[in-house]
This record gives sequence, C-alpha cells and structure tokens, in this order.
Amino acid sequence: MPPSIVAILYLISALLFIFALRGLSHPESSRRGNVFGIIGMIIAIITTLMFKSVLSYTEIGIALLIGGFIGTFIALKIEMTALPQLVAAFHSLVGLAAVFVAGAAFYDPASFSIGQKGSIPSSSLIEMSIGTFIGAITFSGSLLAFGKLQGSISGKPIVFKFQHLINALIFLFILLLITFFVFNQSPTVFWIIVGVSILLGFLVVIPIGGADMPVVISMLNSYSGWAACGIGFTLSNNLLIITGALVGASGAILSYIMSKGMNRSILNVVLGGFGGEQVVTTSGSDNSDKIVKQGNAEDAAYILKNADSVIIVPGYGMAVAQAQHALREMGEILKKEGILVRYAIHPVAGRMPGHMNVLLAEANVPYEEVLELEEINPDFPMTEVSFVIGANDVTNPAAKTDKSSPIYGMPILDVERSSTVLFIKRSMATGYSGVDNDLFYRDNTTMLFGDAKKMCENIVKSLN
Amino acid sequence: MENLANHGSDVFIIGLTVFFLACIIGYYVVWSVTPALHSPLMGVTNAISSVIIVGAILAAGPVGHDISKIFGIIAVILASINIFGGFIVTYRMLSMFKKKPKIKKEN
Repeated sequence: MPPSIVAILYLISALLFIFALRGLSHPESSRRGNVFGIIGMIIAIITTLMFKSVLSYTEIGIALLIGGFIGTFIALKIEMTALPQLVAAFHSLVGLAAVFVAGAAFYDPASFSIGQKGSIPSSSLIEMSIGTFIGAITFSGSLLAFGKLQGSISGKPIVFKFQHLINALIFLFILLLITFFVFNQSPTVFWIIVGVSILLGFLVVIPIGGADMPVVISMLNSYSGWAACGIGFTLSNNLLIITGALVGASGAILSYIMSKGMNRSILNVVLGGFGGEQVVTTSGSDNSDKIVKQGNAEDAAYILKNADSVIIVPGYGMAVAQAQHALREMGEILKKEGILVRYAIHPVAGRMPGHMNVLLAEANVPYEEVLELEEINPDFPMTEVSFVIGANDVTNPAAKTDKSSPIYGMPILDVERSSTVLFIKRSMATGYSGVDNDLFYRDNTTMLFGDAKKMCENIVKSLN
Repeated sequence: MENLANHGSDVFIIGLTVFFLACIIGYYVVWSVTPALHSPLMGVTNAISSVIIVGAILAAGPVGHDISKIFGIIAVILASINIFGGFIVTYRMLSMFKKKPKIKKEN
C-alpha cells in the first residue's frame, strides 16, 4: 500500500477516535460514539496488517484471538461494582504493551525504519526511553492500584520517611540512565531503565489511600495515553501520537475534576498520605457525649412516605453493599406515591469518576433523575428528606465551617439544609478523611445502622 | 532557500505539531463529556490507547523468531485484551444508560 494511503487511513481512524469521545457528550449519542471507536480500531489494525513487512499472519492472528478471547471473557463477566479495579488492570496492560513495543523497536529498529541495531538515531532513543519509562510506571502503578481496589493490598496509605526525596532521586537516576542509554545503546541499560521505572511506579502509588483512587485512576489513564504518545514519536506514527494525546488529555482533565471535587491540588493527592496519620487530629469538638437519634426501617419508611420530595445521596458504601437495585426499588415505590425522587452525585463519590452514575444506571435509574452537585445543591432547602446511603465526608458541613478540618473547602452536598436527614451507615466510624461528621448528632438526623442493601430491602417491605 | 522538507528533524516537528493540536482537541472534546459518562470515558480511552497494537503488529510482522518478534506478539496479546475488553465493557456501561421503555414500570 502506498504510504499516502496508509497515512489517510490512519487519519480516518484518528478522526473516528475523536468522534468516539465526542459522542460521550450525551447518553443518547454515546453508543454511536463507541461504534466509531471500534471502526477506527479495525481500520488501524487492518491498515497495519497490509504493510509489506508484516508477513506472519498466523502468529499475529493467534495472538489477536488469545487477547480477544481473554478481553471479551473478562469484560462480559465483570460485575459493575468491580469496574474501578478492571480499569486499573487494563491501564496496567497498556503500560506493559508500551514497554514491549519499545523493547521490540530497540532490538529490531529496522522493522520500524529507525536505523540499524547499535546505530539508532539519538532522537529515536530518547523517544523510545520516554515511552518505556512512562509505560513501565503505568504498568506497576496500575498494578498496585488494582491490588488496593481489589482489596488484596490494604487500601491504607503507606507513608515512610524521605518518601518524596527517594522518589525524586529515583527520577533523577532514571534521567541519568536515559542519557547513558542514548550514548551507549546498551540492552543492559535499557532493562535497568525498565526495572527502576517499575519500582518508581509502585512507590508513587503506595502512599495514596483508597478514597483518593478516583484521582489515581484518572492519572494512570493519562499516563497510559502519554506512553502511547512516546511510542508514537518513536515510530513517527501520527495515529499513535493523536490517540495518545487524546487519552492523556482526558485522564489529566479527569484528575483535575476529581481533585477539585476534594478541594485539593493534584500534587497534594499524588504526594499522598491523606487520611492516614491525621485521624487523631480530628477537628476540635468532642462528640463522644452527644446523642445520636437512631431509627429502624419502619421509621425511615414512615418519614419517606410522608415527604413531598426526597434526594438520595449514594456513596462508596452503596457500591460495597451492592445496594443499588434495592435502592432503585425503594425510589420506584416513592415515585408511585407521587413523591419527587432524585439522586445527587458528588464528583468524588465512589472509586472512579462516574462510578455512582454507572451503578445507578445498572439498576435502571433513569439518568434524568441523577444530578450533579452544582445542579442539585440549590434544591436541598426545598427538600424534605435527604437519604444518605454509604456516603459520609461528602456531606460533612465541617467542610464549610471548620477551618481546621482536613476537608475544609471541599465542595459538599448540602444535605443539612433539608428538613430531615436519613443516614444509612454500618457504624459510627468516621469516613475516609478521619473527620467526625457533625451531621450525625443533629436533631433532624436519624441514623439507620446496618448493611445498606438490607436496610433498603427492609424499607421497601415497610413501604408495601 | 533551504528546503525544509528534507530536514532530518522534520518528522519530529510534524509529530510535535500533531501532538499539540491533538492535545487541544482532546481538551475541548473531553470537557464536553457529561460527568455522568466519566466511567465510560475511561473505558473508551482505555480501549483506544491500545492502538499501540499498531507498533506491536509491526514488531511481530517479520518472519523468523528473534526477540523483537516475541515482544511484538506479547504486545499484540496485551493490547488486544484491552481493545476487546475496553470496548465491550464500555458497550455494557453505555447500554445501561439507554432510555428505559415505559412498559417495564408496569411489572
């Protein structure tokens, strides 16, 4: 195939990827967008298979089949509540693939027309090592994030002395190695770069705790894009550069939105340790002698039934308890009674961007009823009942009033402005930030202790 | 005048131009994504970033059995796990956001 045709086909596939993202501006156009993405990928793969140098169709076909089978199997089997760890695992694979492609380019530069082994141009070597470096960090960082989300590794932030200094030194060391590599083109140095980058990936994610995972996942998403970009520069392939830049930008914007949702800078999240050691320094007021009003499912059902409007605030606890279906059933009954039922989503609720929206959609909650923080906050004063299920920090009024609180300045859902607050919680334990929630002790708050799913089912029973 | 097209650095400069323009497109396109669909956004970006398979196929392409070919084949497997997995899981998520038919409420 003439190079100009190849370039045009790659361009078409890049444009289709842009349309795939563009489609996500609305749920109705999003599925078409996904189809664009699939077509773009098929064009990219077929075009590459038509290259003169690509001859071993059997091996490539088998590899595609194996990968396709594994990918399809996992994607069909996975529970929607396990999405965050799945995404983390996938990011890690992109990173690893980038390392292997860079390695292949290093050992056989002729296949990529970047010179001969041992005499690869410096610019290609720099691009290659940057791709390798980012790819390896993405691989190990995502692997650790996967472990934390899956629960196989403690989600608690692990902090130790001189952590940031050590990371900075390792980073400088990698830069040094890359310089060295550009001059002597030694395979040993290449693999040392891979190894040290993998180590750095682990060290970067280790101090970051569970509820900061939305930022970490977005960040790794971004890295996987930059890794693809690095490879794109190595191969002088515009399709890879464009796609990598799109993904990189996407992840960066999501990280920004998530850290803004916690009123923290990305740097603050990345440096980590939040919610780990501050537990003791919880804000001034001692709540141990305050009275908590406790209720059961019947009380809750009574309160809900007599309301005109209800706002449901889901959090990570809903995902853990898999309570979304029982919750939707409860919402349906209330709607039949003529009650206005809506859902309020905090930007950082859950473990990945948009986590709650997907779970509610899975439970067949119409997306028109699910509103974002800015849209719903003005409505809380006119609302009779706020129903908080598995969320805590994102409703804590201390974020607005208590300057000494670690969560001060974080945008919160104004549930305290509604007439009554119902709180489903397993216990009185503090949220991720380690800050006590003053809301629990207010006169108009009723605590419903127990498993979120069981509680919703019992409320449904009482409502009937 | 010097002919710029013959310059060695030219490919890199074109790449850099493409890179920055793509970043800007990405910036605007991603801000237009509705927050409710941020999870599918991660799914689809994950799938398309596996376009790295292009490099993997080139590495796996030649006949013979040298190390770069083996790397290429491994990378093809890894990337295709992502491509299939990413698009399918995004499809699953997005089909949940379908408008629900009214009949369902009657049951």
